[in-house]
Amino acid sequence: MKLLKVSAIFLALLLVGVVARGQASLTGAGSTWVYPLVAKWAAQYAQDNHVQVNYQSIGSGGGIAQIKAGTVAFGASDMPLKPDDLHAAGLIQFPTAVAGADLVYNLPGVQPGQLILSGPVTADIFLGKIKKWDDAEISKLNPGLKLPALNVTVVHRADGSGTTFTFCDYLAKVSPEWKTKVGPANTSMPWPTGVGGKGNEGVASYVQRIPGSIGYVEYAYILQTHMSYARMVNSDGKVVSPSLEGFQDAAAHVDFSKAEDFYVILTDHAGPNTWPISGCTWQILRKNAPKDTNEAVMKFFDWGFEHGQDMAKSISFGPLPQSTVTAIKAYWKKELGYSI
Amino acid sequence: MSGSDVALPKIQPLSEEPKSAGRSWRPSADFLFHKAAVFAAILVAGALFATVVAIAADSRTAIHAFGIWGFLKSSDWNPVTQTFGAFPFIISTLISSAIAMILGVPVSFGVAVFIAEIAPAWIKKPVANAIELLAAIPSIIYGLWGLVVFAPAFATIEPWINDHLGAIPGIGLLFQGPPMGIGMLTAGIVLAIMILPYMSSIMRDVFLVVPSSLRESAYAMGATTWEVAWNIILPYTRTAVVGGIFLGLGRALGETMAVTFVIGNSNTLSASLLMPGATIPSVLANEFTEATTKLYISSLIYLGLILIAVTLTVRFCAVLLIRRLGSKEGAAA
Repeated sequence: MKLLKVSAIFLALLLVGVVARGQASLTGAGSTWVYPLVAKWAAQYAQDNHVQVNYQSIGSGGGIAQIKAGTVAFGASDMPLKPDDLHAAGLIQFPTAVAGADLVYNLPGVQPGQLILSGPVTADIFLGKIKKWDDAEISKLNPGLKLPALNVTVVHRADGSGTTFTFCDYLAKVSPEWKTKVGPANTSMPWPTGVGGKGNEGVASYVQRIPGSIGYVEYAYILQTHMSYARMVNSDGKVVSPSLEGFQDAAAHVDFSKAEDFYVILTDHAGPNTWPISGCTWQILRKNAPKDTNEAVMKFFDWGFEHGQDMAKSISFGPLPQSTVTAIKAYWKKELGYSI
Repeated sequence: MSGSDVALPKIQPLSEEPKSAGRSWRPSADFLFHKAAVFAAILVAGALFATVVAIAADSRTAIHAFGIWGFLKSSDWNPVTQTFGAFPFIISTLISSAIAMILGVPVSFGVAVFIAEIAPAWIKKPVANAIELLAAIPSIIYGLWGLVVFAPAFATIEPWINDHLGAIPGIGLLFQGPPMGIGMLTAGIVLAIMILPYMSSIMRDVFLVVPSSLRESAYAMGATTWEVAWNIILPYTRTAVVGGIFLGLGRALGETMAVTFVIGNSNTLSASLLMPGATIPSVLANEFTEATTKLYISSLIYLGLILIAVTLTVRFCAVLLIRRLGSKEGAAA
């Protein structure tokens, strides 16, 4: 009899536990770029804190629409919302992690990392002004490197993408002609020339197929595929290779605490080791969401900032500097009236 | 197939007809079936109507901003300045489908004639099955195959196309460009392979029902296989063949994933078929996820509305053509 009672209580407790675990869940949607990071954090977070984080990588546009509609607890976007738009919609945003993009090319006889490009030359290539690989502008940057007389084929993303936003923001900063002819950065662009591949893999496969082609992909994708990547001349005039440290240096040279709503783009910043095409991804919350919901989201990302750094690095995302994390917490307190 | 194995229906004496009296379930089953059929018909028509209404309603913002004619004739698709125009996509959609038809229709006809007329009985079934299997392959597989296998192979023959077809005055313009392996022509060829099974299986089915007395008389008159196919079978089955061709065309117009992979996704229109382009479905597939503004999303939905209009126009033309062919046959008879 006693055994029965004990087992009944045990069963009831187990049931409560299961229900409680089932209830503690969090839903987010948006950027496909940040998906690997959120998924990795979520898996560990579920084990450590018994909170299930479901993230749907439906694209930044979808993420913004979903958070505005209030169907998700957080939305993720690769392009920050302008402070005015943010305030009008009753939203707040904060950065999550840094990463970067780089140029990849298909040039017979040129090894990975051998080709050096500068911002203005890259802009001229993507404007269609530099048509041959043995152009004087490219040769000037690469003394001693024998460049073939191949036609340049530009490869860009066909789908809307945060990588495109970051890359084009860089081009707009370094080339006034790009800015006037093509326009300020966006996730989709009116490309003056070239072919479009769907996703990083689409761009990569076009570049691998077409001799003389050049395209841009995420850094993580270059590591996976061992493609020929370019070194860049940064704003200090130094030649740098893409690296996590380079992305973090870009973030370190930005004073996030001074920027309104963290509206800062990490491209083309100062610093001898700074990678010029560095980017960031943002999480968006609703101000008038239930306090519990927002707190749960804040707890998850705070846990990620603190415990998820090695996980982020393992998949080529650069953790935010400590000063930025402090600034984010102050921002939560200021905007929502509460923090964690 | 010879006439001897056509099964004739068994004629039963009238007295053996099953009696309906005493089976109370029969009328109610009939009643239910009738209602279910009517309901299914209304549901399909209603779903189509509701879809068109919903798409039209969601494209209001874009219609308001760019108008109908302005949107159709503008080639400016610029997400940065938020100005959108559909012209290059409409033209590319029509051109890639036209290439698919030019390549696909003769091959489908040949395959159908082969199965119906030429092939020995033991090979008919395997060939027919193999072609129908083509229809079961998901379109994304065609896209991947096109990108990974076909495009690199095609890139190696493009210099030849440049040198020979590109040198012809006039149409040479269509065949000039860098040998990338991707572009309008590649998309058209992949589409042709995709729609082939639909067209050829419809053609084969209708070719097989041509009365054998007709074809046997023609053979007896000394007609060749080609003459039988072209002068006897095709006129007899013309309306069904046209219907099958337009079914294939409808699929080609709406194909999304396979085209997105191989067309090169460039929003600018170029004269050469070897250059990249973008069709309405491929633009939708590429840009929908990151369309951040209301006007942008609305313009994409507006593109969808135009695609529906294009498809309906094509169907309308098909019906007209079939009617005209039908009346011609009547006049000739």
